[in-house]
Amino acid sequence: MAKPTTVAADSPALDSTTPTQAPPLAKAGGIAGWLDERLTIGALSKHPNALRKIFPDHWSFLIGEIALYSFVILLLTGVFLTIWFKPSMAEIEYEGSYQLLRGVPMSEAFASTLSLSFDVRGGLLVRQIHHWAAMLFVGAATAHMLRVFFTGAFRKPRELNWLIGVGLLSISLIEGFAGYSLPDDLLSGTGLRFVDGLVRSVPLIGTWAEFFMFGGEFPGTLIIPRLYMVHILLVPGLLLALIGGHLTIMWYQKHTQFPGPGRTESNVVGYPFFPVYMAKAGGFFFIVFGVTVLMGTFMSINPVWMYGPYNPAEVTAGSQPDWYMGWVEGAIRIMPNWEWHLGGTTWSWNIFLPGAGLMGLLFTGLALWPFIEAWITGDRAEHHLLDRPRNAPTRTALGVAGMTVYGMFWLAGGNDILATMFHLSLNDVTYVMRAAVFVAPVLAFLITRRICASLQRADRNRVLHGSETGVIVRTVDGRYYEDHVPISDDEAFTLTQHAEYPELEATPAHDASGVAMKPLVSKSRARVRRWYVAPYVGKPTATEIESAHDHGDHADDPALESGDRKALTH
Amino acid sequence: MSTSDSRQVERIHPVPDPGIEEHLPRWTDVDEGAATRVTRQITFMFGLVPLLSIAFVVFYFAIDRNATVDFAGLHAPAQHTLMGLAAGLAILLVGVGAVQWARLIMSDHELVGERHTMASSDEARRVAVQQFADGVADANIARRRLLGTSFAGALGILVVPALVTLADLGPWPGPGMRKATIEKTVWAEGVHLVTDVTFNRIKAAEMEIGQLINAQPEVFKDMAHEDPAQFQREKAKASIIVVRMDPNRIKIPASRATWHVGGILCYSKICTHVGCPISLWEQQTHHLLCPCHQSTFDLANSGVVVFGPAARSLPQLPIKVDGQGFLVAQQDFNVPVGPSYFERDSRNDYQEGQD
Amino acid sequence: MTTAAKKPRRPARLALIGACMFVLGSAYAVVAPTTVQADGGAPAEIAAGKALFTTNCSSCHGLNGEGTSQGPSLVGVGAAAVDFQVYTGRMPMAIPGPQAPRRQNTFSASEIQAMASYVASLGPGPAIPQPAQYDPAGLTEEEIAQGGELFRTNCSACHNFAGNGGALPNGKYAPSLVGVGGKEIYEALRTGPQQMPVFSKGALTDTEARQIIGYLNELHEQPAGGFTLGGIGPVSEGFWTWVLGIGGLAGFAMWIASRGARAR
Repeated sequence: MAKPTTVAADSPALDSTTPTQAPPLAKAGGIAGWLDERLTIGALSKHPNALRKIFPDHWSFLIGEIALYSFVILLLTGVFLTIWFKPSMAEIEYEGSYQLLRGVPMSEAFASTLSLSFDVRGGLLVRQIHHWAAMLFVGAATAHMLRVFFTGAFRKPRELNWLIGVGLLSISLIEGFAGYSLPDDLLSGTGLRFVDGLVRSVPLIGTWAEFFMFGGEFPGTLIIPRLYMVHILLVPGLLLALIGGHLTIMWYQKHTQFPGPGRTESNVVGYPFFPVYMAKAGGFFFIVFGVTVLMGTFMSINPVWMYGPYNPAEVTAGSQPDWYMGWVEGAIRIMPNWEWHLGGTTWSWNIFLPGAGLMGLLFTGLALWPFIEAWITGDRAEHHLLDRPRNAPTRTALGVAGMTVYGMFWLAGGNDILATMFHLSLNDVTYVMRAAVFVAPVLAFLITRRICASLQRADRNRVLHGSETGVIVRTVDGRYYEDHVPISDDEAFTLTQHAEYPELEATPAHDASGVAMKPLVSKSRARVRRWYVAPYVGKPTATEIESAHDHGDHADDPALESGDRKALTH
Repeated sequence: MSTSDSRQVERIHPVPDPGIEEHLPRWTDVDEGAATRVTRQITFMFGLVPLLSIAFVVFYFAIDRNATVDFAGLHAPAQHTLMGLAAGLAILLVGVGAVQWARLIMSDHELVGERHTMASSDEARRVAVQQFADGVADANIARRRLLGTSFAGALGILVVPALVTLADLGPWPGPGMRKATIEKTVWAEGVHLVTDVTFNRIKAAEMEIGQLINAQPEVFKDMAHEDPAQFQREKAKASIIVVRMDPNRIKIPASRATWHVGGILCYSKICTHVGCPISLWEQQTHHLLCPCHQSTFDLANSGVVVFGPAARSLPQLPIKVDGQGFLVAQQDFNVPVGPSYFERDSRNDYQEGQD
Repeated sequence: MTTAAKKPRRPARLALIGACMFVLGSAYAVVAPTTVQADGGAPAEIAAGKALFTTNCSSCHGLNGEGTSQGPSLVGVGAAAVDFQVYTGRMPMAIPGPQAPRRQNTFSASEIQAMASYVASLGPGPAIPQPAQYDPAGLTEEEIAQGGELFRTNCSACHNFAGNGGALPNGKYAPSLVGVGGKEIYEALRTGPQQMPVFSKGALTDTEARQIIGYLNELHEQPAGGFTLGGIGPVSEGFWTWVLGIGGLAGFAMWIASRGARAR
């Protein structure tokens, strides 16, 4: 295949050998030429610049790839599993090779899972790889979402991609739940029973939703085959489509980049797709795959034979769903038992609020955030340079508060494990968590905002005074000061590149003659904006930097002269 | 600096852009020996992959199914462990090799590409708008608004038949269906209580104070084989626990004085929160804890909720003894068993302090 | 009495008296009431047990095992309860609390036997079991599988699917059953220690108890698909997903991007 060495437009950094002119693609032999004569693939070199497209290089940009590669692994291992799994709730007596369940009545689904685990060579390995990949998929998607949030990568023009991402995360929860319910074992069956109660409790339509979902009473014979269809057809189809859209938009808009020397809002600095990025990203695929295989080898997960087949009269202590549903579980556990009995109706707020209500709140809040932030900041510009989290203190603090709430609910979901592991009273843990889900995020918000402000101040000091050397100098007349080394221009530029949001003044709500009109900036919006920008520590201006560098020799510092130590800290 | 223009954003750079950093060559760029060493390392890694793949195939066919590895706390099937190790390392090495190649051998000159604003140019927009207008004009819809609206309506309404085809997803839970399904269980007058799994009848006189029996209705003995699906549905409602307490130490309301046999009480095993089976009974406190969400019921007080998210007391099954002293039910539960639902009349559930 | 009969000779009279004494003595031995002992322990053993009891147990359980505000009555708990509680070190309870934890036992076997005999003498209760009652040897595979069914119906709600233990309200807990002997499990079933309910023979026969014990023994021998990560299910799986999975892969990511101009 031809190897054109076309150079991207405006590349001031290149100083090496002059690029040779690429021969026209049509002259290239073989497959490339064959395809080109049918698909004009040569045009890919121009719009979009495919092979040599630039991708910026930062480790945190690889987190989303973990999710992508986990998805591929799930598809591959999933196909393997479908070859042996039987999605049927028909009851049989087990006569397979796992002795401890000999003669026990169970569904075909459970029996085929046992067969995969004990009779198909590599079956247990693939089952475990599949389950670990699912955990990594949701975990990496969550971590990726947090990275995008804290660096402000969801801002214009990427709001659409953010919405697609929120959609991906929410349906991946359903996918995981459906997947681990398929073996029809005691633990996941208990989870299905919970879902049955949850669905049933929805006001007005609960019994209808329940009967439609299960084909009648719980458990029935239809839920496993239906979940199977959802798990291998419906949701993967949606995921594929959304992932395709997600990647296409990212490809077209080009990836964001961190601020730095030479990086602007109108360029992208990094490595070409072919060969460097392909090798790094492609290599990472094999690394993710390899790590997942090793996890499936050495870390036992979902040992369904130990749980036994699902039986509505049996349960295990320490029943929890997979980790990504843990926060809903926690909310359900700590919720007080509010239920209204009005006439002949029952309104189960104790189940509906933490279940549907909380999930709806989280995903709606996530989806709306880019638009809320744009309303607060009034920022309508395109952003391709990322924020360092400290430079968006209120957003960062809100994000940490959100993580804290999530974490508190997640801990509450394991309250019985906490009780046994740390010798606490189960009831006390529950009471503490009821308070913690409100108190902890407020604390987290305040602390994070403070930390961001101090980090900003530290940056400002670095720009003005340089890096501390740890060398203490004593002057002739007995004064002490610490020597500072000015930071590089590269670093100074990076530390001062971020955008700042000035305060907004509310515009008048009445015009000159006293007629009420819709203000451009309402009072409430100005107030929110003030709260949002409050923790910003302003960037030093050019003159401040000049004068700070001027008195690099502290002996001339007038503050020192007057012995005013406080002024020294600027 | 305050402004009334909400779009104003400070974009002042106090430090001028120094341009992209100077490219510093890596050791492998400068030193031929280092480059050769690294290349050999990478090739070696790739070279291990076929060996590991062959090892995988050997492990697949040659290892005894029943052999185990026991090492540092690991007690796992040998075939599983060795196959996974070989495959995992093989795949990992491909990745590590490729990444090392990119990091140390491939050119690490950073390139700069141009970004274009996402919005198309004014000219392009004008042309696009014009094209759309031309298309609309060609559609000749100008004075035929009804044409467009009726088309949109026709398309939209097709959703209804599509959705209606889902109406047989399950039986419709109207009042009659609910009465026949979720509001009743197989318990009835004279149905014997039997131990779960072993289906033995329970003699009242043999129950000790502090004893718990997980029990089922005797009709399940045959239903388990004859209609397994129905058996599971009924079991999810009819499972019970039988406990014996000292009748002088517990609260038995007047309305339930005949529901127990000398301190032997029978309760539904299905939690009133979301339906998990409960059999975590504390002999001394008489509390019953559900492991799912920690709802706690006091069986010495007609099953009222003492902790946790459950909102209704645990239904009690009235029992008596038959001629031979075995426990039998007097009737079905007096309230629907299990989790709440909207149409549930919850006024008959036992309230704290009720008589 | 007429004098027509001859008077009996002296040795015959002695023999007759001896025979009568023998008959009377045997009859007395047969019908005389035996001393009331539920376990038939020797009086010396019971006395030794009472002495140990007075020193170690009576401060909470009363001088005659009748119970105090600190500890319940032991009348009727049986020798099995004493054997279980003392052998596992739960009793004497070192510190008052919601539950007596398992500790190192400091009594010898004969001392435990003595205390058990004494407590058994207070009132009839479950006896210390014989191996035939708790040894699962000789059970078929199907029977042991039924033991699993019985375990999951009766036990896993408190003790977890693999017997790793679980939480109870207010600081109490169902302890782990890993490495616990069959005799202990049997005794716990029959005596219902502290909050554990009683599972008596009427509802759970000796064979069924052996099935449960056999199931647990075999379950704990089973190879797992790797390191078991604590055996408590999805909570630890989620923990390791983040620590090893995301953490490890993020580490790889940092290594991948550790070259290039930015990395300097």
